[in-house]
Amino acid sequence: MNILKKTIFSVLASLLIIGNVYASDKIKIGTEGAYPPWNSKDASGKLIGFEVELAWTLCRYMGKQCTIVEQDWDGMIPALIMRKFDAIMAGMSITAERQKAISFSQGYADEVASLAVMKGSSLEGLDTPAGINLTKPDGAAKKALKTLTAALAGKTVCVQTATIHQNFLDSGDVGKVNVRTYKTQDEVNLDLASGRCDAALAAAVAFSDYAEKSGKPVVLTGPTFSGGAFGNGVGVGIRKDDTELLKSFNSAINQARKNGDISRIATKWFGFDASM
Amino acid sequence: MDIELMISSFPKLLSATIITLKLLSVSLIFGLFIGLIFAILRLNKNIFINKFAYGYSYLFRGTPLLVQIFIIYFGLGQIEYLRSTFLWVVLKEPYWCAIIAFALNTGAYTSEILRSAFQTIKPGIIEAGKSLGISNKIIFYKIQIPIAIRQSLPAYGNEIILMMKGTSLASTVTLMDLTGVAKYIISTTFKPIEVFIVAGGIYLFMTFIIHNLIKLLERKYSFSE
Repeated sequence: MNILKKTIFSVLASLLIIGNVYASDKIKIGTEGAYPPWNSKDASGKLIGFEVELAWTLCRYMGKQCTIVEQDWDGMIPALIMRKFDAIMAGMSITAERQKAISFSQGYADEVASLAVMKGSSLEGLDTPAGINLTKPDGAAKKALKTLTAALAGKTVCVQTATIHQNFLDSGDVGKVNVRTYKTQDEVNLDLASGRCDAALAAAVAFSDYAEKSGKPVVLTGPTFSGGAFGNGVGVGIRKDDTELLKSFNSAINQARKNGDISRIATKWFGFDASM
Repeated sequence: MDIELMISSFPKLLSATIITLKLLSVSLIFGLFIGLIFAILRLNKNIFINKFAYGYSYLFRGTPLLVQIFIIYFGLGQIEYLRSTFLWVVLKEPYWCAIIAFALNTGAYTSEILRSAFQTIKPGIIEAGKSLGISNKIIFYKIQIPIAIRQSLPAYGNEIILMMKGTSLASTVTLMDLTGVAKYIISTTFKPIEVFIVAGGIYLFMTFIIHNLIKLLERKYSFSE
């Protein structure tokens, strides 16, 4: 009888241990697959891009078996919270608003945002500095915001939904613009090209990537934006109670940065070193 | 469950319901008109007219509404020639693109509903009218149409409810209807369950109203008594 009890106990205990190891060794990473060059899909539907390659690298450093899954952008954070996957690597900027719902690893890359218009638009060639930081806007930045407010009054500006770009336009920093939101950046690009949008706001690289691939005369205008509503770099989004995973991501990013992996992969996909 | 969020999002969702109702009513009016015309064309003896009307309803009933909206909004927007014509004034606006798609879609279903209603009218009734010396025109307007309306009411009520739910697709072309605003609130709060429960409740309430209105009309136009 005693032996039987012991056997059952040990089987159960080992199952428990195996189960635990199994769970912590395998993680799922969610990405959008529609925001090149951060993450996108090739012609055969395979996920590619800076973050996909970086994810494999980080997983190697963490010694974990990773699966990368696709998730629509507007459901990204809810899907993480509902445990559809364990980490987000989807060009997601670290912002105070998102940090209320999830935690972020340290940033691994930084992007600047920019307005884009079609060549020949009246919004082309705005008199603003090359870039402004909104964390503590100086005189030049405030003046640039005023120039933008005047230029964008009554104009339709298109953004992807639930992004820092939408937050910025909603914040009222550039006055009352007519904001139109889209499910994907592809759709923003399509409507910018068709003329339904007077301007669009997104990561500057998203527009240059589109202009290059489609051959459409999309040009950047106004200053590049960083800081403030635009957050502080792009990091890995992780559930708040998943502190172990957060730690391993942070140390993996440290290692990858030290070995030059992040800047190598970033240069490959962006054409310049966007790592941080 | 974040009850507070449910309460605070309710007024925002309610005001977005106005856009939903606007989309629904305008597309139903256009759709009914289109449906009536195509139902009459379907009953035409000329094989070309008949096949044309059949082709229209086959096409729009055979493809998903979402695909139709995307073709009209994103697809037509890609044709450069179109952008220089007066049509672009209408097609530039997401609101009208959605209305066009909804009206053509519900028009196809309505034409089928009305056609079958016309065909179920017993020939005896029309013959009775003819034997009394009533002209064909009057028979059509005063006898066939009222009977057809009564016959088609239950099926048409279903179509209204389907269309009401179909308007939620307007959010895919940037319109801030009930679903659009619900998605917007979720994008800032990251709490889909709470917000979609409230939005779903509003849709359910609208269905309840439409369902009862149709029932009332059915009773009003019933043959007995």
